[in-house]
Amino acid sequence: MGATMDKRRISKRKLYRNLTGWLFITPAFLCFVVFLLIPAIMAVAMSFTSYNVFTPAKFIGIKNYIRAFHDTYFGIAMKNICLYVLMFVPAVVVLSFLLAVLLNARVRGVKVFRVLFYLPCLTSTVASAIVWKWLMNPTSGLLNKIFTAVGLPAQTWLNNSKTALGSIVIICVWSTLASNIMIYLAALQNVPASVYESARLDGAGGFRQMIHITVPLVAPTTYFVITMALIGAFQVFDQIYVLTSGGPAHATTVPMYMVYSNAFKESQMGYACAQSMILFALIFVVTLIQQKINKESLI
Amino acid sequence: MKANRKIGRFAGKFMIYVLLVFFAIVFTLPFYWSVLTSFRPDSEIFSVGINLLPTSVTTEHYERAFRVIPFLRYSINTLCITVMIIATNLIFCSLAGYAFAKLQFIGRKVVYRIMLLSVMIPGTVLMIPQFLILARFPLVGGNNIVGQGGHGFSGNFMGVVLPTAISVFNILFMRSFYISMPDELGEAARIDGAGELKTFFRVYVPLSKPALATLSVFCFQAGWNSFMWPSIILRSGEFKVLSQGLQSFVVNNNVDYGPMMAATVCAMLPVIVVFMFAQKYFIEGIAFSGTKS
Repeated sequence: MGATMDKRRISKRKLYRNLTGWLFITPAFLCFVVFLLIPAIMAVAMSFTSYNVFTPAKFIGIKNYIRAFHDTYFGIAMKNICLYVLMFVPAVVVLSFLLAVLLNARVRGVKVFRVLFYLPCLTSTVASAIVWKWLMNPTSGLLNKIFTAVGLPAQTWLNNSKTALGSIVIICVWSTLASNIMIYLAALQNVPASVYESARLDGAGGFRQMIHITVPLVAPTTYFVITMALIGAFQVFDQIYVLTSGGPAHATTVPMYMVYSNAFKESQMGYACAQSMILFALIFVVTLIQQKINKESLI
Repeated sequence: MKANRKIGRFAGKFMIYVLLVFFAIVFTLPFYWSVLTSFRPDSEIFSVGINLLPTSVTTEHYERAFRVIPFLRYSINTLCITVMIIATNLIFCSLAGYAFAKLQFIGRKVVYRIMLLSVMIPGTVLMIPQFLILARFPLVGGNNIVGQGGHGFSGNFMGVVLPTAISVFNILFMRSFYISMPDELGEAARIDGAGELKTFFRVYVPLSKPALATLSVFCFQAGWNSFMWPSIILRSGEFKVLSQGLQSFVVNNNVDYGPMMAATVCAMLPVIVVFMFAQKYFIEGIAFSGTKS
């Protein structure tokens, strides 16, 4: 009799514990399911349909994927994004590491510089894109003024199909550098000073210390920065939407821009989903390769 | 020998300062230049040569910017959306983070794992289905029970807020914070007869103020600067946000750099002001995202 009472009390307490746990996570979990999990499944399903908002979705197999592979502009977009990633990621990783080392120097007033370096990261991509549009103005922009002042030829930056993608890279590196610098800085500050002390006693100079001590010690951070930079770079959109709309002559057309215009301008939702799945596959494969390389060379 | 080393150290420090100043200029000059442009008369904006000092100041660009785009309206819209995003994230993510850190319940590990994995899904893939779910949401915005007939959440603020009402990253952030806090705090409250909700709100929430501040600052930055999602959801003029207003400036007034810079400066100002007061929290949040790897 007493045993069953006890059991009942225990199971009641268990039920209460489970209920409170779920009560705590329910709001977040609901949002997660409705706006992340279900959309992810829907995206896969929709990429196999001809859905275009006006007529009901019809299953068409892999036709969207075949169409994407034959789409000249999607091909150009893929080529552009690969070029973009090849320029953007190394620039971000190397520069943010070096600048973090610089900001980690023990000199007076370095904290003020940390704040100044962080400024670009605060403003919206749209605001900083507009600022750069003005800086890169071919006739009265500051960049060309500086170029002519030091004797370099003036550039047409975003208005030239040869330099447009490079200009976008400059703008994006400038505006994302700060957050990566701060990530590196946090990692650098975790490196105990004693490590450097012993290296100095062994007679290692500043440069050798950096290559042989700092770089290996912050390797996990480098791995994180590369991964995030890769994933972000493949999905670049805001700057291109605001500044070039994919032009001139498709020089800055990227997959995200095509997904956006196919889905929300041409209403070809099914086709746009297929394109986004292809982009996702590309990101996934590149991240996997990067993971493999990193494990072998760094850890 | 000793003097040599002293000179070497001095030269090293000097080099560090030179580099610091150089990059500080690289990062801040674009802002300085836009502020300068926004206060300059047109004749000076388009003059030849570099003039880095203000000579004559005018506010005409600001007046024009405010006339061309409904600045106040857009600012209020952006503020509403940002406040809602901060509120939902603060409440939902801290509740969930606390549950994952401190409560025992069936399915805790599975749900946590699924959420961790979902971080890999890129926004690109989610964009279109999210839009359709919002537009076809049952019983909202003129929709019937199966989501037909109206426009659902598309075209109103909730459409912008809902997909960002929580973020898995924020849940992970709060979880790692609560994990580092001792269990005994809660035990004591429970012995005193407090329920779980009361324990959470009375004991843990007051102690997690720094983490909550970091989280709000992050949401503020993301909400105030968001662009792509609002431009998909909010198409009509009345409900647009600031970044959309700025963007329309680029399209409509291609050569009007003065007012364009004035509008941009106004849009950037709030974030910079918040940063000045809550600097610590901005940098802490970013540092966390790095150590999480």
